[in-house]
Amino acid sequence: MELGATLSTLLLLAWLLPLASFGAIVLFGPRMGRAGKAAGYVATGAILAGVVLSLFALGFWIGEHGLGESLHGDEHAEVKAGEEADHHGHRHDDGHAKKFYSGDWYTLAEFGGLRLTIGYYIDALTVVMFCMVTLIATCIHFYAMGYMHEELEDVTDHEVTLANGEHLRRPGRYHRFFQYLSLFCFSMLGIVVAGNIAMTFIFWELVGICSYFLIGFYIERKTASTAANKAFIVNRVGDFGMIIGLMAIFGSLGTFHYEEIFAQVRPQEIYTPTETIEKHHELTVPDGMVWAEATERAGEIVMDHAGQEYGLENAAAQMAAEANEYRDQGFGYTLLIIAGLGIFCGCMGKSAQFPLHVWLPDAMEGPTPVSALVHSATMVAAGVFLTARFFPVFTPEVLLVIAIVGTVTLFMAATIAITATDIKRVLAYSTLSQLGYMMFALGVGGWVAGVLHLITHAFFKSLLFMCSGSVIHAVHSNEMTDMGGLLKKMPITAYTMLVGCLAIIGAGIPLVIGLSGYYSKDAILAQAYVFGESNGSLLFLFVIAAGGAAITAFYMFRLWFMTFLGEPRDKHRFDHAHESPKVMWIPLVVLSCFAVFVATPPITDLFNPTAAPLVRMLEQAVPNGVAAGGASGGIVIPAEADSHEHTVHVLAGFIAFGTAMSGLLIACCVYWWRLINPDEVRAMFAPIYRFLLNKWWFDELYDKLLVRPTLYIGRFIAWIDRGLIDWLIDNIARWARGFSDGFDRAIDRTLVDGTVNWVARQTHAVGLALRGVQTGRIRQYVVLIVVGTVTMFVIAFGLSK
Amino acid sequence: MNLLTDPVTISHYLIVGSVMFVAGAVCMATKRNALGVLMGIELVLNGANINFVAFGSEILARNPHYRLGLDGQIIALFVIVLAAAEAAVALAIVLNFYNNHATVDVDRADELKG
Repeated sequence: MELGATLSTLLLLAWLLPLASFGAIVLFGPRMGRAGKAAGYVATGAILAGVVLSLFALGFWIGEHGLGESLHGDEHAEVKAGEEADHHGHRHDDGHAKKFYSGDWYTLAEFGGLRLTIGYYIDALTVVMFCMVTLIATCIHFYAMGYMHEELEDVTDHEVTLANGEHLRRPGRYHRFFQYLSLFCFSMLGIVVAGNIAMTFIFWELVGICSYFLIGFYIERKTASTAANKAFIVNRVGDFGMIIGLMAIFGSLGTFHYEEIFAQVRPQEIYTPTETIEKHHELTVPDGMVWAEATERAGEIVMDHAGQEYGLENAAAQMAAEANEYRDQGFGYTLLIIAGLGIFCGCMGKSAQFPLHVWLPDAMEGPTPVSALVHSATMVAAGVFLTARFFPVFTPEVLLVIAIVGTVTLFMAATIAITATDIKRVLAYSTLSQLGYMMFALGVGGWVAGVLHLITHAFFKSLLFMCSGSVIHAVHSNEMTDMGGLLKKMPITAYTMLVGCLAIIGAGIPLVIGLSGYYSKDAILAQAYVFGESNGSLLFLFVIAAGGAAITAFYMFRLWFMTFLGEPRDKHRFDHAHESPKVMWIPLVVLSCFAVFVATPPITDLFNPTAAPLVRMLEQAVPNGVAAGGASGGIVIPAEADSHEHTVHVLAGFIAFGTAMSGLLIACCVYWWRLINPDEVRAMFAPIYRFLLNKWWFDELYDKLLVRPTLYIGRFIAWIDRGLIDWLIDNIARWARGFSDGFDRAIDRTLVDGTVNWVARQTHAVGLALRGVQTGRIRQYVVLIVVGTVTMFVIAFGLSK
Repeated sequence: MNLLTDPVTISHYLIVGSVMFVAGAVCMATKRNALGVLMGIELVLNGANINFVAFGSEILARNPHYRLGLDGQIIALFVIVLAAAEAAVALAIVLNFYNNHATVDVDRADELKG
């Protein structure tokens, strides 16, 4: 079978299996074994099969395309000259283009030029993301089978107190948890495989709703239901921007399909009636956008040809001839920027970028496996993924916005994480910070760096979350101030978490070898440095990113030291702590292996980070024309290959190493060797501490700026509703009632009822009168009959005479 | 014209019939005994029967235009049969009435009065 067909079939199966599992659990969940225990097996089986199928797909891909060359060898990946697009729509671009397969499984609807389809756009990125998502989801499914076992019985929720002072007792929801997990996996994979933006948007929203369900899993807790609402509403804000972006693209290009959009935005050549312009996949404003802005001229052309034979065709031909001229004048560029910013706005919501980051820390109200799956490795990664997917459409201006948003996010989140004491919140802010890094990397032109960090981060952050879940499971508290000294009690969790911490701070020996985070973070910093060099005034972004790395190291090890070292702070909790069951720690070990090795280069080329299989896979996925960078409006996006320069690499490597080590050192001083008393530091920087502890007062700010005014407006409108509209309606109703009462009295009761009653009364009276005649005396009747007959005879004959 | 001296014609029969009819009707109107009333009914019916027979008789109805053939006689037979049936039913009712009220006074049978 041809590769495109094979891949699309494999991924379709991997994608739909969780949906099948979701459907099965929805219908039969409570009846699956005792208390729905088998629902866990069904969901896990589905996602496990998904892993196998994804790995097969990966194998097929590598079998066909190889791993690609490392960048130090040949700049352009080796590509087989190839088959032209066949009739299925699987395209194998020839020339120096990258490889992808695009097509439709099912057409939902066609309205004129608009085609809504369930389609696929499969490139190396899709395949890698499929493997990553299914792999992590599988680990989390296994882990959740252990973590959620309490839900198999009736649950007493100690955090919910009812009106009568008792705690809430409710039936377990084990099956429901797995039902949502399955739906979530399905939605996430849907985003990854989607072949057009409309489909992406559908699954985007599905991911959002799953996240809502899962955050609000303990729906009876006020905090959980509010957090679920918050996540959903904040995401709406981002999605609003996304819809604008989608409209800008569809309105001007008339298509939702990635393949067609990219082909228009990054054309290889532009054909005008007079010449052919070589574009080499440079960022080009598509004709549609040019004419969407140069409306005056477009109108003129159409009017000139109006009414003529072949008028439309001629107008189209003339527009094609003139498009280039207007493109060069800058028409359409604004629309391209709007489209880019709109799409990125959606990504900001989902990936919790500043200023839409506020939902993610609150989302930690969900069960820990949810945090690991939804809020570290996959859902928030969807935003980064879409940014990467849409990368060809972003102009340098948009990329600068992305870079700045990323920088703000990474710095802000890192500083907040320093003061957080809730173990999951520290990780949540760390997730925010790392997402900031990814966006930043993409914004400065480091496509591979950003996506690489997305993958590595997914592994070590889900690992960290699951470790924290294991700790919470053991001590029944989220607060690090209740922990301490747990290393002896739960060594496996402690050491796997140590691996996760080392990975996230990018520990490694500069220029030699390191954990997965080392490679991705180095790549980001190197790219940031090149970007700073190209745009002198923006070097501060690099400085902040490097500083953020130091803070990362500090807060991650603060977390680890506070949790696992030192004296137990809460004796009672410490005594009850225990290592988690096998089903929970085996996924930890598996994930920690990935966290260490996922980005490691092969042994033969150990010191060349770009030789890592993962990096080489991603190199294949770099969208057309992206690798060359670009420039516009005074902003230079450097080519990613520049960051592989030896000098840059060395510099970035050592800076990354230095910052991470300094952060680590400070953490050791404060929380391990206790050279510095954290309380004194806190007292010394009291205002800053308060500022950070209150999360930069973002919640308060939004509360004052948005929530309160909204509530006031809401109350005002409610007042208008009650005081004015209801008053009006009530009065109208009263008048109507009064009128109908009168009408009722006049017409109905008097006239209609009166007539009917009169007839009845008269009938009665006649009956009463006639009653006297019927005396019951037969003899009288006989006389009457005779007399009557005789009378009639007399009358009859008398009259006839 | 004197009926007593003239040959017997249809008028004589009609006179006898009407006398019987009136006697029957008066009997029904005046008798309180249910059996008396029934006898009155018989008189009324038979008075009517005499009329039928008289009108149906070829001898009496000499005018060919008034010939009824056998119709008069047949209707008279029907009336006799009906009278018998009616008498049977009526006697049954009277017997039942007697059983319930220990009397055959028709003035006492006024339970269905309005």
